Amino acid sequence: MIPVTHVLVLSAALFAIGVSGVILRRNAIVVFMSVELMLNAVNVAFVGFAYGLNSMTGIMFVLFVLVVAATEAVVGLAIMLAIFRNRGTLNIDEFNLLRW
Amino acid sequence: MSFTLSAADFLSVLPESILFAMGMVVLVFEMFGTGRDTRNLAYLSLLSLLVSGFALHRLAGRGITGFGGSITADPFAIVLGMIFLLVVALIVLVSIRYLHDRGVGHGEYYALLLFACGGMMLMVSSTDLLTIFIGLEILSISSYVLCGLIQGDLRSNESALKYFLLGAFATGFLLYGMVLLYGATGSIRLPEIAAAVNRSEVRGNPMIWYGLGLILVGFGFKIALVPFHMWTPDVYEGAPTPVTAFLSSAPKAAGFGALIRILTEGLGALTPEWSQVLWVVAALTMTVGNALALQQDNIKRMLAYSSIAHAGYILVALVAGGRDSLGGVLFYLLAYAFMNSGAFAVLILASSPVRERVTFEDYRGYGYVEPALALAMVVFMLSLTGIPLTAGFAGKFQIFKSAIDKGYVWLAVIGLLNSVVSVYYYLRMIVVMYMQRPTAEHPPERVVPSVPLYVAVAASALGVLYLGVFPAGWLELSVRSVTSLLAGG
Amino acid sequence: MVAEQYLPVMYLSVIALALGAFFTLVGILLGPSRDTAVKRTPFESGMPSEGSEFRRYGVRFYMVALTFLIFDVEIVFFYPWAVRFRELGFYGFWAMALFFVILVVGLVYDWKKGALEWE
Repeated sequence: MIPVTHVLVLSAALFAIGVSGVILRRNAIVVFMSVELMLNAVNVAFVGFAYGLNSMTGIMFVLFVLVVAATEAVVGLAIMLAIFRNRGTLNIDEFNLLRW
Repeated sequence: MSFTLSAADFLSVLPESILFAMGMVVLVFEMFGTGRDTRNLAYLSLLSLLVSGFALHRLAGRGITGFGGSITADPFAIVLGMIFLLVVALIVLVSIRYLHDRGVGHGEYYALLLFACGGMMLMVSSTDLLTIFIGLEILSISSYVLCGLIQGDLRSNESALKYFLLGAFATGFLLYGMVLLYGATGSIRLPEIAAAVNRSEVRGNPMIWYGLGLILVGFGFKIALVPFHMWTPDVYEGAPTPVTAFLSSAPKAAGFGALIRILTEGLGALTPEWSQVLWVVAALTMTVGNALALQQDNIKRMLAYSSIAHAGYILVALVAGGRDSLGGVLFYLLAYAFMNSGAFAVLILASSPVRERVTFEDYRGYGYVEPALALAMVVFMLSLTGIPLTAGFAGKFQIFKSAIDKGYVWLAVIGLLNSVVSVYYYLRMIVVMYMQRPTAEHPPERVVPSVPLYVAVAASALGVLYLGVFPAGWLELSVRSVTSLLAGG
Repeated sequence: MVAEQYLPVMYLSVIALALGAFFTLVGILLGPSRDTAVKRTPFESGMPSEGSEFRRYGVRFYMVALTFLIFDVEIVFFYPWAVRFRELGFYGFWAMALFFVILVVGLVYDWKKGALEWE
């Protein structure tokens, strides 16, 4: 049996990678992928806790996080598509019409 | 184990369900639609808000809970729900001409507003981390799309992208906080979390502290508290003006509602700790928001930064805690909804597709061209400053008085000093309108009349004055409706 | 104790890595190496590649991708429901029917807005 701690370490590592990706990357799509990594770190932690606590609540939460992440992805990609059509770039440093 | 849907389950989500169902009806009408004229859809949306408000009103005083206690129709949720319905109704009124004139006649706009409103109501009536999260996401995803409504406009695009990326980032933090709370307490139900947190071995678990911290960060982004406020002015400036009016009041109210519920109903046992953190955040939020608002020439940006400062004032009440303070929050949220929507409604009424009037320069000498409109703007600005006989004064008075009663004298002093600073930029609007000569490149023009916009401006102005002159009734209701929150915590 | 259970997995990984490294090494040492322009193309015996890989794709691909993504993921709610169909009874049935109606409204919306048109 794998201790829950291991799952949590994995989840924390994924979350940290996601956060650093959001902060360091400049391409909007890559930034968004990093956000998705953060959400999946949450899912890993939920599954780990559900397993450790022997409760189904965590598993159920994961399903909802998955679906919400997908709807966010759809809306986000649609926004990026609109912006790419108008500007031809997805580099967030170039989005400076409004002071960042 | 049997699963059945009881009448209580059904009733507890009835107001939200009406909004979601009507949002879909609006979408269907838009599809099989009536050409490009979406004004009828706007009136249909208003009707839906009214019906939902009626349902919400009928729920009052019955103490209905549904879905095993995940959804509650307690007075706190009902009062906040009424505020959301009111704000969204005002936003629909101010949007009709804006969308029609600019040819962005999307029926989806109204559907998204209805969905967002339903999401906010769900968020504040949940006593369960999962449903709070779902409500928050319904709100957020609708708002991202609303920001990017004008597809061809680069500023609108950019605003949507920034809001989306930072909103999703914040969601990540919030969820990680939720998962840690679940791990530490073994439940996602707020009452069960509260019971677990009361046990000392759970409180000794560091996970609960990380969880609390991450939840504060997540909500900090969503309601633009100071270390996490950078996105606000950009998003607000780029979004279409009615959407800015919406974003700067209703979602913040919803965020505060959910945060208050989590912090009091779920983590009430940790009050000494989180109130210390929020003390610092409140002081920073008020000060930085005001300092930045001072330097703005664009009124949308100025209102955006000042909305950060107002979030700081509300946070003072959250730090102080107790019935009077939290009642003050509800009062302030309603007052802010009126004055903020009203100020934006004037901006929208004064603008035309040819000429957006969003800088101070545009309003030189405006008081002599549109006396009534300028007068309404004066009322909103005075109320935002917190001058007596306006709603803003009554709200600030309640918040700072109860903070002093609770011994948070320094925080109240910082808040009062900040209010004094804010006089400069709010009164600048009045000075520009009445005491400066118009220049050749910014000639004041008469506005094109529009009945819905006049209704919105008049309703907001009356609301501000009514709450300012007769604050007692609403204040008593607000204080009474937070009592049920504190009884459990 | 925990580590022992995973010993076979470790053996497998080590053997797989070693085998892969061995064959790659053999190829490098014994194989002929003739470096010509044709050899360096991505698909040596396929069609000649042309243009930059960053050329634009039609918007319709994105439309299909977005539509697919949203409807595909909603399926996760059907799995647990299908597994526990009998226990959930009529409540589960009607709840799922409502969910399905909402999805259908979305699909019809997609359809009417032309997101499913290829041309």
